[in-house]
Amino acid sequence: MERDKLFEEMYRVVYEGEIEQAAQVAGRGLAAGLDPLDCLNLGFMPALERVGEEFGKGEKFLPELVAAGEAMQRALAVVQPHLAAARRDRLTLGRVLLGTVEGDIHEIGKRIVGSLLIAAGFEVVDLGVDVSAATFLDRARELRPSIVGLSALLTTTMVRQKEVIDLFRQAGVRAQIIVGGAPVTASWAEEIGADGYAEDGGSAVALARKLAGGTGS
Amino acid sequence: MSGPLPARRPLRRLRPRLALSILGPDGVKSVHEAALEVLGRAGVRFPSARALGILADSGCAVDWERQVARIPPDLAMAAISRAPRRFTLGARDPEDNLDLDGEHCYLSTDGCGIQVYDLQTGSPRRSTGEDVYHSALVADYLDSIAFYWGPTVSAQDVPPAVRPLRELEAAFLGTSKHVQPETIISAQVAEWCVEMALAEVGSAAELRRRPIFSVMQCALDPLGQDGGSLEASLVAAAHGVPTGFMPMPMSCATAPATLAGNLVVATVDALAPLILIQLAHPGAPVFFAAAPTVMDLVTGGYTGGSPEDYLLGGAFNEVCRYYGLPLSMGAMATGAKLPDWQAALDNTLSAIMPVLTGTAMLTGAGLLNGSKIFSYQQLIMDCEIYSVAARVSEGIQVDAETLAVDLICRIGPGGNYLSDPHTLRHLRDIWRPRVIDRSPYDAWERSGRRGAFEAATDLARSILEQHRPRPVEAAVRREWDRILAAAARR
Ligand code: B12
Repeated sequence: MERDKLFEEMYRVVYEGEIEQAAQVAGRGLAAGLDPLDCLNLGFMPALERVGEEFGKGEKFLPELVAAGEAMQRALAVVQPHLAAARRDRLTLGRVLLGTVEGDIHEIGKRIVGSLLIAAGFEVVDLGVDVSAATFLDRARELRPSIVGLSALLTTTMVRQKEVIDLFRQAGVRAQIIVGGAPVTASWAEEIGADGYAEDGGSAVALARKLAGGTGS
Repeated sequence: MSGPLPARRPLRRLRPRLALSILGPDGVKSVHEAALEVLGRAGVRFPSARALGILADSGCAVDWERQVARIPPDLAMAAISRAPRRFTLGARDPEDNLDLDGEHCYLSTDGCGIQVYDLQTGSPRRSTGEDVYHSALVADYLDSIAFYWGPTVSAQDVPPAVRPLRELEAAFLGTSKHVQPETIISAQVAEWCVEMALAEVGSAAELRRRPIFSVMQCALDPLGQDGGSLEASLVAAAHGVPTGFMPMPMSCATAPATLAGNLVVATVDALAPLILIQLAHPGAPVFFAAAPTVMDLVTGGYTGGSPEDYLLGGAFNEVCRYYGLPLSMGAMATGAKLPDWQAALDNTLSAIMPVLTGTAMLTGAGLLNGSKIFSYQQLIMDCEIYSVAARVSEGIQVDAETLAVDLICRIGPGGNYLSDPHTLRHLRDIWRPRVIDRSPYDAWERSGRRGAFEAATDLARSILEQHRPRPVEAAVRREWDRILAAAARR
């Protein structure tokens, strides 16, 4: 059936990580009159879950996971506006704002954390690298994320994580702030009053899940 | 408990004679041509108005909004040809000067570790300024270490604003060998470091002749540079202080998955800043650097040791030899957490490939966990690895004396060579271990199963207790105090 063919196609573009095709396939589904939520639940999402499972078993590798996540995001961008507001919120586990702190241009680790979070079902807004505390605050006010993730790879820039946390607390902006990066440790995270720390992508996802469950908004 | 320490020996100047080729002349030429094409077609991002201005004035097409300069092939080649083929890395003690002459290879420490395996407790702890001094002291003593890179660990007890200067001071105090920081990433810090060096060497002319420090930067692959680093290097170059740029293209993440493509990115990202410096300061000493690698497919991490890394390490040397410019190759960057089998495997192969392909500098020894934890024992054992690589690279000499036909006939069937004058003449050519354990089994049991690690521990302790480096004059130290105080006020 035409309908099943479309769902299969949706599954395929995410599973194969065909980023360029994803938006177009989503558009075709909507044009054919499919329910937007069905597109996600029967088409795109199961593929992402499958890729995640296979990654966990060592059958798929990081670049494949990243590509699947990016394809998913392209599809979401097309489908999301067609969902009722209430349903939109329940669609993801929560919104995560991610960035590397000011003075620091290391981006690979942060991107990997972002991709794994997307694959796990979070919405991720990546602010890039060399992001000032003020920018983190402005974007948090605008986007109201449930989690803010700060990456720092240098011993000279990890102090910026504290700066961001202090600024958020001062401004009274509520969000769970988590930190990571090569020189960052659990004791550092505790010292600066962060809400969590993870030493790699896998544990970052577990941490975000725990925190998202906790806030329950 | 540690015995008396043998006197510090002059540093060993390795001159490899074996030569390994991975790409061959055609492969090298293909990489070179591909790099030139990329420089001209895609261009490179230089996030510095100063750098872009220099490139635009010289005839590069500059997209100011994207901060990208496209460098035409002719301009690129002309600039490369101005870079000096050989120059000196100076040292506080001129005996320790290093001639980058295209024939010798020099090993350094690794740099910017975050933790130290404490020599007393054996546990990792956060690094401090004192550790910088101590690591420099050990590097000063070891004859395989030709220069001090880094600092080997970061002085995390010092405020970030003056940290690079305190670290440079501690390094100078700990060793009279050349110092090559990777922490000079703003023009201002570069100015201060130049001032500190001037205080020691006495004059600008002497600093040009004997630059006691040089500057190592990271490139921002793919096809990018860091603005602060570029501006710092322009300051250094203006004073004749050598500077180099280290691409670390990671296949699958910041470079194509294919190794040849990785080499193209490495070449572009090493050439682009060199071209900039030559346009701004023709003839300024600039070296290539690289630590090409592949991404770990599961964690996304930096591997610091894999067959692909070893191939890339050797192949990029071949590319650099095509330009005739000295290269500093990142090696010994094992991901192992302890000085174990994995560390030995990674560091042996990552060291021997660049040595056999003619690298000028090898950085560097002593860090574990992907250049994050400093271990004194690993530093000493890495030196042993290097000395093995050094011996291998000398190859086998074949002539009448070494073929020894008369001797073989004289001794005849069934004899032995133990006490023959020929043996006595040549036995010192044979490599001898410093920490490797070759004791008989029972003796090893009786010693409490002491191996290389324990021997290295003792040596490190003896060095820290007994070795004293060439001192810095009181007047120079007062001048450094003044510079540091002024920097702290900023
Ligand atoms: C690749 C690399 C670079 C690349 C970065 C490329 C890029 N586009 O990102 C380049 C070459 C540009 C670079 C530059 C520099 N680097 Co660098 N770099 C590295 C290296 C080798 C690997 C980093 C990496 O990508 N790892 C792979 C990823 C997957 O791991 P990760 O980043 O740790 O991320 C994981 C976790 O930490 C965690 N995580 C990360 N972020 C977050 C955030 C949150 C919220 C959470 C929960 C978790 C989390 O999850 C990630 C996924 O598992 C490290 C060494 C190392 N072993 O870490 C040095 C290292 C970090 N760099 C170092 C240095 C010194 C520099 C430079 C100053 C050198 C110079 N002179 O130019 C510059 C800094 C420029 C600047 N202003 O930032 C030092 C820092 C040491 C110190 N004492 O501070 C290190 C440790 C190496 C060393 N010993 O010299 N570097």
